Amino acid sequence: MTTTRPPQTGELSLPARPGWPDETGHFGIFGGRFVPEALIAALDELTEAYEAMRVDPAFLSEFARLQRDYTGRPSPVTEVPKFAEHCGGARVLLKREDLNHTGSHKINNVLGQALLTKRIGKTRVIAETGAGQHGVATATAAALMGLSCTVYMGEEDTRRQALNVARMRLLGAEVIPVTTGSRTLKDAINEAFRDWVTNVETTNYVFGTVAGPHPFPAMVRDFQRVIGDEARVQVLEREGRLPDAVLACVGGGSNAIGIFTAFVPDEGVRLIGLEAGGDGVDTPRHAATITGGSPGVLHGARSYLLQDDNGQTIESHSISAGLDYPGVGPEHSYLHDIGRAEYRPITDSEAMEAFALLCRTEGIIPAIESAHALAGVMKLGRELGPDAMLLVNLSGRGDKDVETASRWFGLGDREEVDPGPGLDTDQQPTEGAVSNDEAVAGQDAGEEL
Amino acid sequence: MSILAERIGAAKAEGRAALVAYLPVGYPDVDTSIAAMVAAVEAGADVIEIGVPYSDPGMDGPVIQEAVEVAVRAGVGMRDVLRAVEAVASAGAAATVMSYWNPIERYGVERFATDLAAAGGAGAITPDLIPDEAGEWIAASDHAGLDRVFLVAPSSTDPRLAATAAASRGFVYVASTMGVTGARASVGDAARTLVDRTRQARPDIALCVGLGVSNGEQAAEIAAFADGVIVGSAYVREMIEGRGADGVRALTEDLAAGVRRAEVRA
Repeated sequence: MTTTRPPQTGELSLPARPGWPDETGHFGIFGGRFVPEALIAALDELTEAYEAMRVDPAFLSEFARLQRDYTGRPSPVTEVPKFAEHCGGARVLLKREDLNHTGSHKINNVLGQALLTKRIGKTRVIAETGAGQHGVATATAAALMGLSCTVYMGEEDTRRQALNVARMRLLGAEVIPVTTGSRTLKDAINEAFRDWVTNVETTNYVFGTVAGPHPFPAMVRDFQRVIGDEARVQVLEREGRLPDAVLACVGGGSNAIGIFTAFVPDEGVRLIGLEAGGDGVDTPRHAATITGGSPGVLHGARSYLLQDDNGQTIESHSISAGLDYPGVGPEHSYLHDIGRAEYRPITDSEAMEAFALLCRTEGIIPAIESAHALAGVMKLGRELGPDAMLLVNLSGRGDKDVETASRWFGLGDREEVDPGPGLDTDQQPTEGAVSNDEAVAGQDAGEEL
Repeated sequence: MSILAERIGAAKAEGRAALVAYLPVGYPDVDTSIAAMVAAVEAGADVIEIGVPYSDPGMDGPVIQEAVEVAVRAGVGMRDVLRAVEAVASAGAAATVMSYWNPIERYGVERFATDLAAAGGAGAITPDLIPDEAGEWIAASDHAGLDRVFLVAPSSTDPRLAATAAASRGFVYVASTMGVTGARASVGDAARTLVDRTRQARPDIALCVGLGVSNGEQAAEIAAFADGVIVGSAYVREMIEGRGADGVRALTEDLAAGVRRAEVRA
């Protein structure tokens, strides 16, 4: 166990990085820059400005102030003993990113990138969003810092997620429905890149996850690592030891990298990412990129992705819009390949079971994204037994998911969500529940990318 | 020997710029797209950019996106692309594959190079592969004797222009503007400036200008300072609007006349 004490929120430095990526943004064979030459100058500018900014006391002071006074950091760690009764008796601690302003961990990253945007003298930000949470966070930061903001969102999602579209517009952002390709998050990213290459002189791309071309995976990690830096200190101070495992859901993987990074040097701490298994990884309908995909290039970096024999991206499926992405951040691919982190799939049914359980046992409504991590801890706790202490990143809150959950459980029929002991089977939606597609269509979700 | 350098050099010897025509394989279907490519060759295109359909074409505007989406959905793959390469090479043009990187990586970089050379292809243009990431492709294209075309953009720094031009063989793709593919009313001075800067970086390689060129008049304008003129979306529009090989032939004749009436040749 490493006993080096990581800095706490408010200290004027960003902690040392792990030994990756290299200077050109490679995590082993993953990462890099697979983008048109036209964007290289902007990526170089961003890299240079970011490297200067991350050691600049004025920036670090302002970033720390915003985290404290605007986001509400540090977020607490909550032990959930009644939920843990369904986890083989293991102790379960939740890192409460759901309590941040705007309702998820996304704000950690956008505040950093918005400050960077101002530093490089650009006046407009663009962002992609799957179902709205990164879009809302970006619109929030843009409003706070006086930047103009355009958010690209798949046309289907703008219809399904009308509330988040309204939130972004209330915050002053322009929301552009994307009508190309599969009209999903991946196409929103394509469209944001097209905007960026056209308007790069005035515009910065606030990328929402630890994917994309260098420097985004490293930069977003640095902005999100506050989650694990805080949690490591909080758990050590309270328990006098580190957790046995740290769990988080993985779409693009920013909340997972955020909580993993501080623990990477702690060899005794297992790092476990929970991917969206959809209908099951043995079906075509899932988003478990590392479990069910293969290495390739998508959205500017080499990483695992869901692809066919021709190298075409396969559309992903998950009840959680935030995990519904056919790619994953390159650092996760690297952590997987070197064996430092494990990745497991969680089906829609398993996630919804954990979702219901946390609501009923602890009075906390999690985001459906985060419910995948909760389902993972239910399984792991049963594997490890009562001596284990497990830390879970509760990356977002589930207010946005109420409609999806109501449909899944049969339009709010409370008997259907009774989290009895019998729930530890791979339960299918109860009679009267709608199909996953319809459930997704009804959700007002925030992506976990 | 570089097939592309030879072909563009032959055009130069005639006192004109080369005409490079892009068409994606598989729109509206594989056979029709190949027939359109052959029509372009017969009507005077020197080089055909044979587009590999890709699900996430981040550098393309709406016209090309619309066409390749159809081809992707139909499952068009590298086998179809290689068939197009053979047809274009037989028709007498330099058959050059245009592909985002993932379809090539998925097919296997060495296997792609070997099969492309065997099909009579000249080489490949890789719009989302920069030389910095291209180690495997550089080795494979060297081994197979293929051309490799990288892109430069108005935002490229001088050191990047030099490195990119140095890594290229056949020609350098000069992106005329910051943005995606698609017809533009004017191509502007940025292209000329970038051609001049790239030529300073490496005087001994052909420079072909693309992005935004859609008619003979613009082709003539570009031909005044570049070694080749690349036209993409305008060709795809002919296909989308149903004019097929006849439309492609007419457009090629207009463009071929354009590259021959450049007033000032360097």
